Amino acid sequence: MRALAWHGKHDVRVDTVDDPEIVNPRDCIIKVTATAICGSDLHLYDGYIPTMQAGDILGHEFMGEVVEVGAKSTLKKGQKVVVPFTIACGSCYHCGKHQYSACDNGLPADNQDIAQELYGQPMSGLFGYSHMTGGYAGGQAEYVRVPFSDVGPIVIPDGVEDEKVLFLSDILPTGWMAAENAQIEPGDTVAVWGCGPVGLFAVQSAFLMGAERVIAIDHFPHRLELAKKFGAETINYEESAVYEALMVMTGGIGPDAVIDSVGLEAHGFFVDNVLDQIKASTFLGTDRAHSIRQAIIACRKGGRVSMPAVYGGFIDKFPLGALMEKGLTLKTGQTHVQHYMPALLNAIMEGKIDTTFLISHRMDLEDAPKGYDMFKNNQNEVTKVVLKPGFN
Amino acid sequence: MTDENTGHTDGAPPSTWKKGDALAESAIPHENGREIVARAVTINRPVREVFAYFRDFANLPTFMENVERIDILGDSRSHWLVKAPGGKTVEWDAVVTEEVTDAVIAWTCEPGADVANSGRVEFSNAGARGTVVTATIVYDPPGGVVGKLIAKMFQREPAIQARRDLRRFKQLMETGEIATAAMNRKQREEEMA
Repeated sequence: MRALAWHGKHDVRVDTVDDPEIVNPRDCIIKVTATAICGSDLHLYDGYIPTMQAGDILGHEFMGEVVEVGAKSTLKKGQKVVVPFTIACGSCYHCGKHQYSACDNGLPADNQDIAQELYGQPMSGLFGYSHMTGGYAGGQAEYVRVPFSDVGPIVIPDGVEDEKVLFLSDILPTGWMAAENAQIEPGDTVAVWGCGPVGLFAVQSAFLMGAERVIAIDHFPHRLELAKKFGAETINYEESAVYEALMVMTGGIGPDAVIDSVGLEAHGFFVDNVLDQIKASTFLGTDRAHSIRQAIIACRKGGRVSMPAVYGGFIDKFPLGALMEKGLTLKTGQTHVQHYMPALLNAIMEGKIDTTFLISHRMDLEDAPKGYDMFKNNQNEVTKVVLKPGFN
Repeated sequence: MTDENTGHTDGAPPSTWKKGDALAESAIPHENGREIVARAVTINRPVREVFAYFRDFANLPTFMENVERIDILGDSRSHWLVKAPGGKTVEWDAVVTEEVTDAVIAWTCEPGADVANSGRVEFSNAGARGTVVTATIVYDPPGGVVGKLIAKMFQREPAIQARRDLRRFKQLMETGEIATAAMNRKQREEEMA
């Protein structure tokens, strides 16, 4: 089959590789019909994520048609499914609590060592996202082996366009969980840092959860325009000082809840530092953790901080004092995708959530390297690239 | 509170590393080259099921990566064939030295083993969380320190191996399979080779 493989920094290629097969009884194989490049794929593209190997197949946002099932899969050939980016078993203690991204069994035993050293306990597996998260082949390919297919993939009703439901795989539930973690109360003002796909879905979700005002913060004019479309007020941080603007906009109180959907943004999560850190337990400074610092300082007293943004290592100058003194609540985590998929599929079907507005480019899988380049170098206009095998 | 017998001020097991603690070190008889490995894992299945699977030693190679085969020689005796560095194998006969149903199983090798070793696995009911399995493996690495270094290079070092084996045991009991990123059966076979 053809698949987008990582070969090094800014070097991704569409290669011909072996087709995947059923390996375990709960597996299925899907023929990919649509897959997307995620903002977090750029961290891999820029070479900032450790434990990548040349030839690794990328992609964790994908959907397709079931073409083969293992003996214990509950899916049927021909069904259309969206696959969650988190690989979770459904039978461990954490899955029982719907904490799917904390699944005990999604990672192969050997791959659990790194996360155990770095974080204390290993987390779930992820598709196409380095060997620290399992080394699973990703979805920017013609076919994918999907483990635990009896608990992960969600079946899509006939006749629904791929593009409407594709983002159930990651960014829609991630934006939704970000808003949920902000524990929004009716009448709240919520500030969202970063108007990428997750931030834009967080804006929509916050309104659906009862926020009266949402203030979106970014520096790309086009992305701020999209946020405005959903009713958000905006701050362009290249034009205005964010803290001062927020204080004026909230009458000196500060937002009731703040959401950081920027994160490490491919800056400061250096491979060598992280590896050194594992060995030496010294501290590394990620000087681009600006958004979370700013969010904590701006948040009103007793407010809530939600952090869907991806952080991998350590940050310094973290305003722990502000967090404590103001009595803030901080909630974060990789998304428990499986938990949110059914309700969000309903919300899409009922027209409550707009998903397709985000897509700026559609390309053939063969053109994926061009897609990465465009996504990296023109973030203002390229909001989301969807890849389709056989599109041309 | 300090335990008068051990001098410990915490409740952690004696085999855990303790700063400046002579007792923990004395529990590891390394002066003659022996190593002790203790690991605990919680498995979300009833203790009866977890114990029964483990007690049938013929099952152990399904999750113990280095154990190629175990032949059952009788109710308490078994023959183990185990992978060693450099494509070699080592063998021994083991005999069960202690067995309390749903609570403990211990074994030791009989004289003439290629690698002297013994193991003790405890099972305890953890209520809604399932079963806590604590494994202690004592072994005498072949060729002393050099043998251990070689073993480590091949990641066959028992401390690493015990940790990974227990994770695989948990996966098998909880999910019915062992997680793998292999894309196809050929890759899976290479992983297990």
